[in-house]
This record gives sequence, C-alpha cells and structure tokens, in this order.
Amino acid sequence: MDAFKDVDFLDLNELLTDEERMVRDSVRRFVSQKFRPHIEEYYRKGIFPAELIPEMGRMGFFGVNMQGYGCAGMSNLAYGLVSLELEAGDAGLRSVVSVQTSLAMYAILAFGSEEQKKRWLPELAAGTKVGCFGLTEPDFGSNPMGMRTKAAKTDAGYVLDGAKMWITNGTMADVAVVWAKLDGRVKGFLVERGTPGFKQIAMHHKLSFRASDTAELAFDGCEIPANAIMPESDGIKSPLSCLTQARFGVAWGALGSAMDCYNTARDYAIERKQFKDRPIASHQLVQAKLAHMLTGITTAQCLTLRVTQLKEEGRARPEHISMMKMYDTEMALDCARIARSILGANGITGEYPIMRHMCNLETTTTYEGTTDIHKLVLGKDITGVQAFY
Amino acid sequence: MKILVTAKRVTDPDAKIRVKPDGTGIETAGLEYKLNPFCENAVEAAVSLVEQNGGEVVAVTIGDDSATINLRTALAMGAERGIHVKASDTELDSDLTARILAKVYEDEKPDLFILGKQAVDGDSNQVGQLVAEYLGLPQACFASKMELNGDRLQVTREVDGGLETLDLSLPAVVTADLRLNEPRLPTLPNVLKAKRKPVDVKTPADMGVDTTLKVVTVAYEAPKERAGGIKVKTVEELVDKLRNEAKVI
Ligand SMILES: Cc1cc2nc3c(=O)[nH]c(=O)nc-3n(C[C@H](O)[C@H](O)[C@H](O)COP(=O)(O)OP(=O)(O)OC[C@H]3O[C@@H](n4cnc5c(N)ncnc54)[C@H](O)[C@@H]3O)c2cc1C
Repeated sequence: MDAFKDVDFLDLNELLTDEERMVRDSVRRFVSQKFRPHIEEYYRKGIFPAELIPEMGRMGFFGVNMQGYGCAGMSNLAYGLVSLELEAGDAGLRSVVSVQTSLAMYAILAFGSEEQKKRWLPELAAGTKVGCFGLTEPDFGSNPMGMRTKAAKTDAGYVLDGAKMWITNGTMADVAVVWAKLDGRVKGFLVERGTPGFKQIAMHHKLSFRASDTAELAFDGCEIPANAIMPESDGIKSPLSCLTQARFGVAWGALGSAMDCYNTARDYAIERKQFKDRPIASHQLVQAKLAHMLTGITTAQCLTLRVTQLKEEGRARPEHISMMKMYDTEMALDCARIARSILGANGITGEYPIMRHMCNLETTTTYEGTTDIHKLVLGKDITGVQAFY
Repeated sequence: MKILVTAKRVTDPDAKIRVKPDGTGIETAGLEYKLNPFCENAVEAAVSLVEQNGGEVVAVTIGDDSATINLRTALAMGAERGIHVKASDTELDSDLTARILAKVYEDEKPDLFILGKQAVDGDSNQVGQLVAEYLGLPQACFASKMELNGDRLQVTREVDGGLETLDLSLPAVVTADLRLNEPRLPTLPNVLKAKRKPVDVKTPADMGVDTTLKVVTVAYEAPKERAGGIKVKTVEELVDKLRNEAKVI
C-alpha cells in the first residue's frame, strides 16, 4: 500500500475539494511508485533522476496554480498539496517543481514578452524543458540587491558578465532566468543552454539537498540577443515577487517532511522496546516528544491553510508568506531533530528517512530567505522600522 | 466498442477501521473513501481496450454522495461519462447491487462489462458472478490477462497452481484481478477534465429495481486483541498447556 500517510489531527482534509483530494492521491502514488523506492540511493550518490522530469510534466506537476500556456490552472491549495506530497518523498523532488513553477515559469509569465511566454511556458509545463532561476551570487545571498552580475547594451542585444551560485536545476536547465544590473537597475534575462560565454557548473560535496541539482552559473562576455530581456521586469521587486510565490510551495513542502518524520517516529516508538520489554512509546518523555511534534504540525497546517485561502482570494501579503515559510520550515526541522532522537542510533542511518529530511531542512530554513531574514520582514511590518542594515 | 465498468467506493485501505461501540457499523468520521483497487484494474483495462479499438467507456457507481469522487476518479482515468446510482451501504446487499448493475447493463447495452473481482472492504466477491447469471452472459472471473480477437475475448484467469485461458463470445462479463494491469494515475489536467464530464444520477426506484434485500448485516465486531505470549519453564508445562489450554494435542 501507499508508503506515506498524511497527519490530520483536526480533520482538515474535510476542507479539500474532490479535485484536490484526487490530486493529492495521484501525487502520493506517483512518489511511492517512482521515487520512494530509490531515494536512499539517489541521496547517497548525490544525483537527481532527471528522467522523472518529463513524467512529472505529463502528470501536470509544473505550473499547477498557473493559467494558460499548457498549465493545469488549479487552486493554490492543489499546488500546496503537490508540494507536500513531493517533499514527503524528498525536498529535492519538491524543489524541482518549486523552482520550475514559481521561479522560472512565474518569472516568464509575470515579466516576459508574449513571444517568450509562447516559446517557453508550454515546454516548461510539459517538462520537456527545464528552467532555473539565478539570483544568489557568491558574495550576495540575503542581500541580492548588492549583486555584481552586469548586463551592458550592445548593438545586437546585451552582454552579461558575472556569476550566480547555489542555483537549483542549474546544470539541467535549458533556460536560465538571470537577474543582472543594467545601468544599475535589476532586470531579468533569459539565457539559453549552449550560449557562448555561459557555463553551468555542478556544485559538489553538499551534505544537504544531495538528491538535487545545484550549480554555479558563470557568464563571461556572454552575448544574448535583444529579445532575451524580460521587458516587464524592473528592479529588485521583480525577483522578490517570484520568491513570494516559491516560498508558498517551500512552506507546504516542509509539512510533508515533518509528517514523514512524525509518522516514522511514532511507528518506531510503538515497536521499539527498552527496559522491562516495554515499548519506548510508553514512556512519558517519548510521549511528550510525540505530542510536541503533532502540535507543531497541526499548528503549521492551520497557518498554512489560512494563508492559502488568503492567497486564493488575492489577499495574501508577502509578510503572511514570510511567517508561513519561516514557521513551517523551522517546525519541520524541529520535528526532524526530535524524531531522530526517538529513533536512537537507527535515526542516523539511511534506512529511515529522518536524517535525510533533517539535512534537507537545513537548506529549506536557509534558501528563499533565511529564518532570520523573515523575522526581519515581520519585524519591519510590526514596528514600521527596517532592521536589515 | 462500448465498455461498462464499475467504480465502487471503498473505505481507504490504508486507514485504521474502527467499529462503532454499538456494533451497528464502522466509525465514518474523518474516514476517506477510495476507488476500489480492483475497479481501478477494471477501468484501466476498459480504457486501454478503447484506446486501441475505439469506442466509449461508461463508469457506474452505486453509493451515497461520498462516492462521487470515486466515479470522478474513473472519469479522470479516461471513462467518458458516469452513472451514479444513489443508495447507501445499508440499503444494499450483493444481490441488489447485481440487480441494479444488470439494469444499467440493459439500459446501456455495452459490448463488455468489466467489474473489480471484489471490493476490498466488503470482500464478498459475488457481484460479477451474479450479474452474469442474471443477464445470462458468459463470465470470466479473476482475469489476469485480456485480449480482444475480432468479436471474441480471450481471458486468462489465475486458478490454483496455474493459469486457465477462456475464449468468450461478446457481450460478456469479466472481473479484474490485481495482476491484470498497472492502473494509470489520473494526471492533474485529467482531474480537471473529469469535473466537466457528464454524470447521470438516478435511484434504484427510478430504475424500477425491487429494493428488497436478501441479506441484512446483523452486527460488526472488531477482531479480538491478541494476548501477548508467555514463556514456559519446562517441557512438561508446555505439553500440559498444549493439551489442556490450547487443546491441540
Ligand atoms: C541547496 C540550495 C539551493 C539553492 N537554490 C537557489 C536558487 O535556485 N536560486 C538562487 O538564486 N539561490 C538559491 N539558493 C541560495 C539561497 O537563496 C541563499 O543561500 C540564501 O538566500 C542565503 O544567502 P547566503 O547563503 O549567502 O547567506 P548569508 O546571506 O551570507 O547569510 C548568512 C547568515 O547571516 C544571517 N544574516 C544575513 N543578513 C542578516 C541580517 N541583516 N540580520 C541578521 N542576520 C543576517 C543569515 O540569516 C544567515 O544566518 C540555494 C541555496 C541552497 C543551499
């Protein structure tokens, strides 16, 4: 039977429509048939199974909550459920969808020309092409405004110089959404694989997100045509609005990791016996841990569902998304660490998913704005005073 | 070719089922329903036959409102339209289910009727056989392979210790086993398309079916909790317990 079961203490599943339930069940079975049996090996070897991308496209996982251009055009809740189910498999699998959908496709949809949308969106939705999003640089992470990557106007178009780091889907990408300064103002450009002066270099030796493609993008006198600029992009607000979309999926995904850790720890605690042949679940300290995890997951679900409703109504503010991303990822990391402790030594092995989720969650609390940065976003909202610098 | 398939609602096979304290049924709060796995095999078989040979797949479910999602799942897998006969579980037994389905068959006049071999919750394994009997049609149960040859259907069945291949004239009734195929997963675009496919809703009374039950469920009981094992000290004690407590020697 299906390997993953969601945690639903408050019968929140009653809030789902029939379509949303069907989506959830399809993604769950996709993960348990195609991905879960092999994830431990992918993670150990540090590979993402790229051959799954067209299959995910066929299933309609890319652009779930986007309209037109071959996208499924479903609710934000459906997009959230897709993210949750994929991350219950692995955050690397969920990240492929978050980046392709909310960073690459969303950027093109929001800021691209009609020609760019027609050229890229249907193939990105179908998973026959892969996209990535280059904002972070070696010297600029939390403060992307400081970026050094530059675009200069030429007779034929533009020339790009600079480097982007930590770019998910970076080596697989057929098209990179690249943010660079043109006359000191941030603009978005679409750079195709194989463009002279553009290199996609795999980053190795990660101990988190091992089943995910992370790359450095290097631009060295990289000449791109005039129609490579995304005409509607203007200023740092443009890439930040993409991040607001992606953080929504990251937060939902974290619920999946947390639930997989909780389920594993609960089952283990009931089976494992210590001291007088009693299950460790019969000890108060272990019960307190399980109660803490379930409360964390349930609280996060309520927050997440409410923000999702607001987003569906077009009323979600970036600060709402910040709270949800910060809370859900930190809650999941907390669950993973506690679950690890319940499994004792077994918790550190690849036989159980916990240590893998835990290592992945060190990334999810960091990328798409670190927890600290989201606290500063909320701090500014509360006090009206910015404390970033 | 026109194929009729069943899309039976079952309690989530992964859920823990709890019996109501008064034994009149099971607790349904928070319980979700899924499409019966054997019906998934039936739908997959029907849809792929129609993909190869042209035609139409019609899915039928009998159940209360909560069965809508299971009918929609069959539509998302590729059935063209649905028939929802409204009746709750307590109003049905295998015989009435079969008589309703036989009536649907007569209204639809398909070339083939594929059912799941049984529902994974009730586990009765009677409906396909009864339908074939009521309609006087050839039947092949527990199909693990199906091949259409002109106007005849070859069905391989799993029987004890081997395989049996039958050659049926059409129309016929076939019940699907798990090894018949690997059911496709509904894709997101197909989930949306399913929402717009037509579903005809009716009641057994509308259809002129006599709703008298032959079998009524009297009580439900959860299996007894297994008592933990004990360690015996001597062989004599073991023999004594086997003889006087377990009464196996
Ligand atoms: C696996 C992975 C995939 C990624 N994928 C992408 C991608 O696809 N595209 C992309 O553009 N980027 C990507 N990133 C980069 C990610 O967005 C950055 O790592 C993140 O923004 C943090 O930047 P940094 O690592 O440079 O940390 P820094 O900004 O150097 O921060 C280091 C520490 O300082 C703290 N800090 C910084 N500023 C302040 C402040 N003002 N007040 C208090 N504390 C502060 C931070 O919270 C953090 O704890 C990815 C990263 C990883 C690990």
